[in-house]
Amino acid sequence: MIDQVSLSNKSLLRMATRHLNKFGSVLALALVFAFFATLNAKMASLAALETMVQQTVIVGMAALGMTLVIISAGIDLSVGSIIAFASVAVASLIDSVGLSPGQAAIGALLAGTACGLVNGLLIARLRIVPFIVTLGMLLVVRGLAKGLANSMPINVGGTWLSDLLATLPADQKWQLVPPGAWLMLLIALLVGGFLRYTQLGRHVFAVGSNEQTARLCGVAVERVKIFVYAASGFFAGFAGLMLMSYQEQGDPTGALGLELDVIAAVVIGGGSLSGGEGSIFGSLIGAMIMTVIRTGCQLNGWPTWVTQVVTGAVIVIAVAVDRFRHRQQA
Amino acid sequence: MAEHAIMQQPEEAPRLQMRGIQKSFGATRALIGVDFDVHAREVHALVGENGAGKSTLMKILSGAHQPDAGNMALNGQPYLPRNPLDARKQGLGMIYQELTLALHLSVEENILLGVEPRVMGFVKRAEMRQRSVAALQQLQHAEIDPSIKVHDLSVGERQLVEIARFLAVGCQVLVFDEPTSSLSHRDIERLFEIIRRLKSQGMSIIYISHFLEEVEQIADRITVLRDGAVAGTLKRNQADRAEVVRLMVGREVDALYPHGQHQRGELILDIRNASGEVKPNDASLQLHRGEVLGICGLVGAGRTELLRAIFGLDAVRSGDIKVGVYSGASSPVQRWQQGVGMLSENRKEEGLALNLTITDNMTMTNLQDFGPSRLVLPKNQSAAASKWIDHLDIRCSSPDQKVGDLSGGNQQKVALARLLQHDVDVLLLDEPTKGVDVAAKARIYQMIDQLAQGDNGRASKAILIVSSYLPELLGVCDRIAVMADGRLGESRPVEEWDEHSLMLTATAKE
Repeated sequence: MIDQVSLSNKSLLRMATRHLNKFGSVLALALVFAFFATLNAKMASLAALETMVQQTVIVGMAALGMTLVIISAGIDLSVGSIIAFASVAVASLIDSVGLSPGQAAIGALLAGTACGLVNGLLIARLRIVPFIVTLGMLLVVRGLAKGLANSMPINVGGTWLSDLLATLPADQKWQLVPPGAWLMLLIALLVGGFLRYTQLGRHVFAVGSNEQTARLCGVAVERVKIFVYAASGFFAGFAGLMLMSYQEQGDPTGALGLELDVIAAVVIGGGSLSGGEGSIFGSLIGAMIMTVIRTGCQLNGWPTWVTQVVTGAVIVIAVAVDRFRHRQQA
Repeated sequence: MAEHAIMQQPEEAPRLQMRGIQKSFGATRALIGVDFDVHAREVHALVGENGAGKSTLMKILSGAHQPDAGNMALNGQPYLPRNPLDARKQGLGMIYQELTLALHLSVEENILLGVEPRVMGFVKRAEMRQRSVAALQQLQHAEIDPSIKVHDLSVGERQLVEIARFLAVGCQVLVFDEPTSSLSHRDIERLFEIIRRLKSQGMSIIYISHFLEEVEQIADRITVLRDGAVAGTLKRNQADRAEVVRLMVGREVDALYPHGQHQRGELILDIRNASGEVKPNDASLQLHRGEVLGICGLVGAGRTELLRAIFGLDAVRSGDIKVGVYSGASSPVQRWQQGVGMLSENRKEEGLALNLTITDNMTMTNLQDFGPSRLVLPKNQSAAASKWIDHLDIRCSSPDQKVGDLSGGNQQKVALARLLQHDVDVLLLDEPTKGVDVAAKARIYQMIDQLAQGDNGRASKAILIVSSYLPELLGVCDRIAVMADGRLGESRPVEEWDEHSLMLTATAKE
């Protein structure tokens, strides 16, 4: 009944899944892009590409930290609020305190890191589950952002900060994408290398895969946890800086619900909510896929609700495919 | 008389036939062409070490896996179930060691779960009751009330319900996978009675077990699986235990416990009156290099707690623990730095990170050794892992394979390799051969012996073993101490102990 033919089919399938494994998310990105590009040629224009990159930078930056958190089997729901808080912080530091843009930027990064540090300390020391701690922080930090800004956007334009994510002027098109995007790519490379080539990076995987084993092996589990949440806060702060650069204002109601986009990016990129799996490269591709869908829908003049339905479906399909290839491997 | 009929016509077509079954997982060839069959009115036992391929073969039989090659026939018809429910509908039932009942449903709901008689989606309660009662009667246990929740049944009764599930849909082939491991002696007797009755009713039974005594009692034929192939099939009257073991292992097992010369060296672990939160209670022991010290005791005596307290995983309330020159309680981080390593008894929950690779699991404790400053170079890591994979004969497709994909014995070797790789001086081993097959056991005993001897100019190690398996302790240890109710007794040379005296001391009440 089962002959050589089906045997070779099996091994073909296995080979295919192994490659899908490595380049699956890239392939998915290419497919989604090709789909929209055939519908509307504008999709493949340099201008559209630049816009898409601009829009990916904010989610992508926050996804760097979220990837660490999710690999460690945690979750951080507070990043959307931290992004808004950091954007308000940098704007008000320039506008009201009168700091230079550079000093204000450092202030925003510190503010984000501090929020993340509080998350980490509560999770590691008081042993409260990450979902609850960061859900609480989501509200607390959003409230702080509104309080700091008197619930009004703070406009700060015309500094070099705004150029980070501004559309490139005609004479600088050779840069392809704004400097903020290059900055994010550079940082992503560093974080990717950190995860693979440093002791702390490997420990993040160990804690996420099996916390008890990590403890048995002498991994300082609490410190690793505090570190990943602080890192998540730091990158959310960085994303807030980018948001403020893009909108030229600190908006206390901005980035509402963005944490879900960030989590989705990580998960589409192969991160597992049960820990031990995920990659920086995958997360960035995941963020890119979501932007491509959004931009594609807009360029075709599809209503927002269609965009939402499509994005939601893609998230679920991506995870289903991921589960499928895990079963193939086992 | 039914058996008699079979003896006279052995050429009668088997009820279930498997021919040339092959199955691979990645580069691991789990089955390399297995033939297996079972007749009507027959109990056919399947035995073999862990990793021999028993469970893979049964998963193929039940439709949980699809074979890569080979064919199967049931009652002369091609048989290729897509999943366990399909197998059940086609007439084959699997009874696993962990029962798969829904505890919150009633007996009858469980018996017909998935195949409920129904009209337009509504369950036909009367028919359900009638079929459940019929199935229970077939087992001659009509006293079980079909309307009560499974939750309220004893373990033995639950197993009956599990069996009734397959009788109710007319299954003719029943597979029992290690059915006795959670049963009391009386329940085992009862189960055997039922198996014999089912056999006399014309059923075909496949019986998988580690316990050779049981197999000899119940089986008409015994097939031994080794390394994914059939090593031999014996009729009940030709099967003596030594022959079965020889087929399982592929060699004689008398050399299971090697015992070289151990030179007792310097004192390296010195515990004085240590107490934990509850257990251990006022424990003292001295362990030297070149010495294997066993701790015997019942489950719950506090043996694991003692190791965890030494290793810093549990708090030490009072007393002193001295490792070499370091004194006092420490954290696991410090213990590893001091040259102490621990193997957890709980391989899946604590010992290994199952979705990480072999390499990551082996090298997790001393990542700083695999590159300059704080960097970790994967190349160096896998080179180190490959060395131990060769040395311990770990069967895997590559050092980057996930540990969760390995068999139990190979997983245990990975967990042990972590200690060797770290090159610790003191090894705390908690049930080092739990759930491990004979070949892997032999390799682990050999390794322990070599460590205690010290080889290739390496200093000898000190080894502390906790085990519930007495022959193992008597086979590998130099000295043994018995723990009972949190208290650790004086250690004595192994020659002064035997199984009887160990058991007596372990169960003694003060």
